Amino acid sequence: MQNESTVQRPHLITPGINFKEVSDIVCKPVEDKTPKWWFIAFTGAVSLLLLLLSMLSYLIWEGVGVWGLNNPVAWGFDIVNFVFWVGIGHAGTLISAILFLFKQKWRMSINRFAEAMTIFAVICALVFPGIHVGRAWLDFYLFPIPNQMAMWPNFRSPLLWDVFAVSTYFSVSLLFWFVGLIPDLAVIRDRAKTKTKKMVYGIFALGWRGANRHWQNYEKAYLLLAALATPLVLSVHSIVSFDFAVSQLPGWHTTIFPPYFVAGAIFSGFAMVVTLMVLARELFGLKDLITLHHLECMNRIILATGTMVGYAYAMEFFTAWYSGNQYEAFAFVNRAFGPYAWAYWIMISCNVISPQLFWSKRIRTSIPLMFIISIFVNIGMWFERFVITVTSLHADFLPSSWAYYSPTWVDLCTLAGSFGLFFTLFLLFLKFLPMIAISEVKGVMPEANPHHGEAH
Amino acid sequence: MGRLFLVISSTKVTKMSEPSDQKLSNYLFPRWTNKLPAYFAIGGILFFCFIIFVFWYWLSPKNTDIGYAPKQPIPYSHKLHAGELGIDCRYCHINVERAAAATVPPTEICMNCHKIIKTDSPYIQKLKKSYDENKPMQWIKVHKLPDYVYFDHSRHVNSGVACVTCHGRIDQMAVVHQVQPLSMSWCLDCHRHPEKNLRPKSLITKMDWSTPDPLSLGKELRQANHINPREDCSTCHR
Repeated sequence: MQNESTVQRPHLITPGINFKEVSDIVCKPVEDKTPKWWFIAFTGAVSLLLLLLSMLSYLIWEGVGVWGLNNPVAWGFDIVNFVFWVGIGHAGTLISAILFLFKQKWRMSINRFAEAMTIFAVICALVFPGIHVGRAWLDFYLFPIPNQMAMWPNFRSPLLWDVFAVSTYFSVSLLFWFVGLIPDLAVIRDRAKTKTKKMVYGIFALGWRGANRHWQNYEKAYLLLAALATPLVLSVHSIVSFDFAVSQLPGWHTTIFPPYFVAGAIFSGFAMVVTLMVLARELFGLKDLITLHHLECMNRIILATGTMVGYAYAMEFFTAWYSGNQYEAFAFVNRAFGPYAWAYWIMISCNVISPQLFWSKRIRTSIPLMFIISIFVNIGMWFERFVITVTSLHADFLPSSWAYYSPTWVDLCTLAGSFGLFFTLFLLFLKFLPMIAISEVKGVMPEANPHHGEAH
Repeated sequence: MGRLFLVISSTKVTKMSEPSDQKLSNYLFPRWTNKLPAYFAIGGILFFCFIIFVFWYWLSPKNTDIGYAPKQPIPYSHKLHAGELGIDCRYCHINVERAAAATVPPTEICMNCHKIIKTDSPYIQKLKKSYDENKPMQWIKVHKLPDYVYFDHSRHVNSGVACVTCHGRIDQMAVVHQVQPLSMSWCLDCHRHPEKNLRPKSLITKMDWSTPDPLSLGKELRQANHINPREDCSTCHR
């Protein structure tokens, strides 16, 4: 902080904007007339959400037979989608908690956005464990509730740990997001023109007056939640990886899984943030607050985590060879050259090759290129989960039971529908909540420095 | 970060510093809301207990199944036949010692007596019609188990578990109703501590039998007859 006058850091937001303008820019989408594109996008998202609901009703009415699952492949799109969405939900907490603790000031413009995305992605993820059990009305078996069977869930199973890991992650992320929102909700309340708006935002602003004590409590709460959320970033996807790694199936039973999954989750989460951020800053005129510098920082993290993921892919092959275990070796050769080779090479090209382009500063700072690459990463990370889940299951120890898995139209519509759920929630967020943390952005502006404007 | 205070309220500072109470009241919640956190905490605990109650009792057979007493096609009274007349259970439920099902008696067994007894009753005429036309009576099953449960009457009866243990005082019921929950935990309770419900095999149909110290007798019988019920999944879910 003291060195700011001697070392020139890049400006975090476009210089020349004052505090009032920051509030104006962020509050504009909440206060202005809703743009036409929003209604068009919302209609599309809600249609997909209705598709999801009808697919879920059909599934519960008819049973899991409507999915493409077969005897060796008992985990298909349901688990692939679950892991995909939980993975996406990792960027938010990483940006909110870990980058906060490391005092990375560039996070201030994007954390609200990423946290919202996290929460909606985890909601999408939570749909799948509930329906993959087949008899959705017996979902209470997931929780240790005393019941007439005198039975508890298996406490030694990672599937139960997963229930706790994901629900803890969801509640802490939600709390973190809400605490961060309080000062900004108060800003919207104070600027609100209508009585209802004043009332609704007023309730959620919890009587915030910007008093010194409020800020002290707020900062303390935020720091504590950041410290609490930090281990969760690592634990959730580690435990998701245990769902696979604790079993004895070749291709799943590896110790590399937890770090490999966490890196992949952050990779996919950041890619999703870039995809949405590029669109939002364009559509809502936020280019002064979310600058190219922010996007470049994100792309660097995508490059770093993408390289880690590539390393993990290579290391899996090395382990398979070095272990001398013929089943393990077969699982990986079969992955790359077997019946699912097409999925494997989609994954490799999207996840390993495409982020490497970010070594070039020109590509890293080009909006259209980073948008395309981020979409590729999203696709690649979905295929990574497909490859891990399906290729390991479809050809295990007993060749007589091998079978090829392909999804049915219900599987595909459920996947599309989960995007509907995600985008419905996200569009509502864009419309009704400040998508950038106003107070935090103001805090990193040069004007916030008490010595600003003094002679050197 | 404390300087953020200045930041957020920079546009508000003038308004905030106005001495007008009316302005401040815009931000303040009414006083009664101070109690809300406590209410939410208590409400949360009560809700948590309620959820457990719903699964542990309200959705369990203790609530859903006990007292089930369907109307039978003929108002046959166990109280009269088994109680007052003292007919042994096995006279009608012929397979209870030999097979999984205790057997709902065929009309022929009823007709052993009712060929000559009370033939003018409209109910017995209904019974006779079933007999003449060779069409079984449509008795309604009272004690139901899910179809994924394997249960064998003979295994239990031959181990010395009495009829009354699971079915209650049938000899006092004009209309049979379910007395025990027949839930999984109820089964397991006996499988874990069978000595509570054992008696000499010759006494299994005696509804009113009792002994001063059933537990030590049960322990003796368990030892003597090697009664070691299993608890693994496949014992009942085959």
